[in-house]
Amino acid sequence: MSWHTIGTIYGKELRDSVRDRRTLLSTIIIPTIVMPALVLGLGKVASAVISKAKEEIPRIMVIGGSDSPGVRGELQRSGRFKAEPASADWKSLISEKKVRAAAEIPEGFEKALESGSAPPVTLYDYEGELKSGLAVDQLRNFFIGMRERATARLLTARGLPATIARPFEVKIANVAPPEKIGGNLLGGIVPYIIILLCFMGAMSPAMDLTAGEKERGTMETLLCSPAARTDIVLGKFCMVLTGSLVAVACSLVSMGVSLVVVGASFGVNPAGQAGHGGFAPTIDPVGMLGVLAMVAPVAVLFSAVLLAVSLFAKSFKEAQSYAGPMVFAIIIPAIVGMLPGIDLNLRLALVPILNISLVCKEMLSGVWHWGYISAIFGSTALYAAAALALAVKMFRCEDVIFRT
Amino acid sequence: MIEARLLTKVFHDKKRGQIRAVEAVSFRAEPGRIYGLLGANGAGKTTTLRMLATLLRPTSGTAAVAGHDVVGEPDKVRANVGFLATSTALYARLTSREMIAYFGRLNGLDEPSLRSRISSLADELDMHEFLDRRCDKLSTGMKQKTSIARMLVHDPQVMIFDEPTVGLDVMTARSIVRFVRECRGRGKTVIYSTHVMSEAEKLCDVIGIIHDGKLRAEGSLADLLARTGGPDLEECFVKIVSPEGPG
Ligand SMILES: Nc1ncnc2c1ncn2[C@@H]1O[C@H](COP(=O)(O)OP(=O)(O)OP(=O)(O)O)[C@@H](O)[C@H]1O
Ligand SMILES: [Mg+2]
Repeated sequence: MSWHTIGTIYGKELRDSVRDRRTLLSTIIIPTIVMPALVLGLGKVASAVISKAKEEIPRIMVIGGSDSPGVRGELQRSGRFKAEPASADWKSLISEKKVRAAAEIPEGFEKALESGSAPPVTLYDYEGELKSGLAVDQLRNFFIGMRERATARLLTARGLPATIARPFEVKIANVAPPEKIGGNLLGGIVPYIIILLCFMGAMSPAMDLTAGEKERGTMETLLCSPAARTDIVLGKFCMVLTGSLVAVACSLVSMGVSLVVVGASFGVNPAGQAGHGGFAPTIDPVGMLGVLAMVAPVAVLFSAVLLAVSLFAKSFKEAQSYAGPMVFAIIIPAIVGMLPGIDLNLRLALVPILNISLVCKEMLSGVWHWGYISAIFGSTALYAAAALALAVKMFRCEDVIFRT
Repeated sequence: MIEARLLTKVFHDKKRGQIRAVEAVSFRAEPGRIYGLLGANGAGKTTTLRMLATLLRPTSGTAAVAGHDVVGEPDKVRANVGFLATSTALYARLTSREMIAYFGRLNGLDEPSLRSRISSLADELDMHEFLDRRCDKLSTGMKQKTSIARMLVHDPQVMIFDEPTVGLDVMTARSIVRFVRECRGRGKTVIYSTHVMSEAEKLCDVIGIIHDGKLRAEGSLADLLARTGGPDLEECFVKIVSPEGPG
């Protein structure tokens, strides 16, 4: 192994790649654009949709209740609903989103309420639909309020203090620091995007430097130089790795910048409210450093695998047809890692990519399981070394290099 | 000096099965002489030369090139060989100068000697005009000159040319043939494959006729003509490679 040769090859590949538009696009331009688009776009869109939904006064229908005018009047007066008597097709109106929800008031409800035991009120919504859900929440709060007032009235009538029905309150307070809440919000999707960009950044140089060279005939030129085969692979590998890391770095820098910009545009709004009200996403810088450290072996793994796979291909096209499906092999474990409720254990810590996705999610929400972290780092490094060894072995095989 | 001993290459192809591309080819190419390898398409010229340049490993047999064995010391062989084939392309996004410099560095040249070597090659091959132009912007002739400079940047003892004049106009082809002759004059061992009879006639000191992977005949132009009684190399070639012919 000669460092001079590896350096010469790396230097040439770097210069060559910088002049390649396709590589520039996938390693610098796309990663730089994707993150701000995600942070700004997704955050803006989500907050716009939600606040619009909250502002809307939902149209609801009241089924029955002709003998309970008080309840119906109160519903109308509350100003939180546009309540109207149910038409016969109220169910389909809810399905068609013309009406958000409906409340069924049983016969003799008001009368029974006075005596303290009324039949149940049934609320109808369209489950999974955001606006319908908000409307039914409002309705439920309305009826709970009504129930509490009724309780208080009944107790007072019997000469008991109203608080007897609620001897204590239950409160929920947040202890997670503000950036952790942001972490959970962005934490799921950021590692996923980074893993994807890490792969995309390596893809174009890997294919160009192997299958592309075979196709254009420069591989044979390179092979008749005295450079050792291993040095050639390592030089090329360094370039592919550079592509992968540059893609990640560009995406992180642009994400950092866009977070600062977004934070500024949301004013002094403390990040603590980010999780609840406003959608100013924030991210824990220490967690981000952790993610970066974990991405390093993944970048090595992707670079080596892509190098080996595209080395096998005869042409750029063929290499693309191998690398394309591999994107799915990466997206699926990365998405599984984003799902709530899947937590790290020792077995999952050995599953490539999924383990990274999971550990990054933890680190961004401020949890550091050092045992898992080292197991994941170690296993990924091991897989990466195996893939690199495979690439070297393939490069020594003339059937692969002169495949016809 | 090249000494091929029973060089054999068998390819395994899924559709065509076993292909004996080169079979027991033995010959000697001496310093200061041009050895011509003459053969039709698919005769096995490129395969033979690729084995000499250590791009392919012989299935059996071996060759000594510049005193090193192609099987045992391929790295040392490559350090002493310049190889040019129709399939050895240039990096499109590098300039002509960068291309030559890259291969100079891979051959271990230091920067000062690299600079002087590039300028002397550019003088010899008349390349100054396009030295800093990107290779994808060069004409076929300019590309071929760049390739020659690339193959010779480390001043190898042995030069392997595989059909170097394919696709070139008469003037460029002549300048390349003249350059190959100059290399012979400097005592280099030159092996030159072609299927152009006139080129072989004018250029080669020894001609080996290869057909179906086998070396059918070998000798100087005069020898071959005398042996077959043909008026020119073309007739002689046809007689040798035809099934009923000698060989
Ligand atoms: N990598 C390979 N795999 C399988 N068969 C091959 C391979 N390379 C060459 N061949 C076959 O070996 C035979 C000799 O090919 P070769 O390229 O050496 O001929 P050539 O004399 O250089 O021909 P041309 O004048 O067309 O360049 C041909 O039948 C060719 O199809
Ligand atoms: Mg050929």
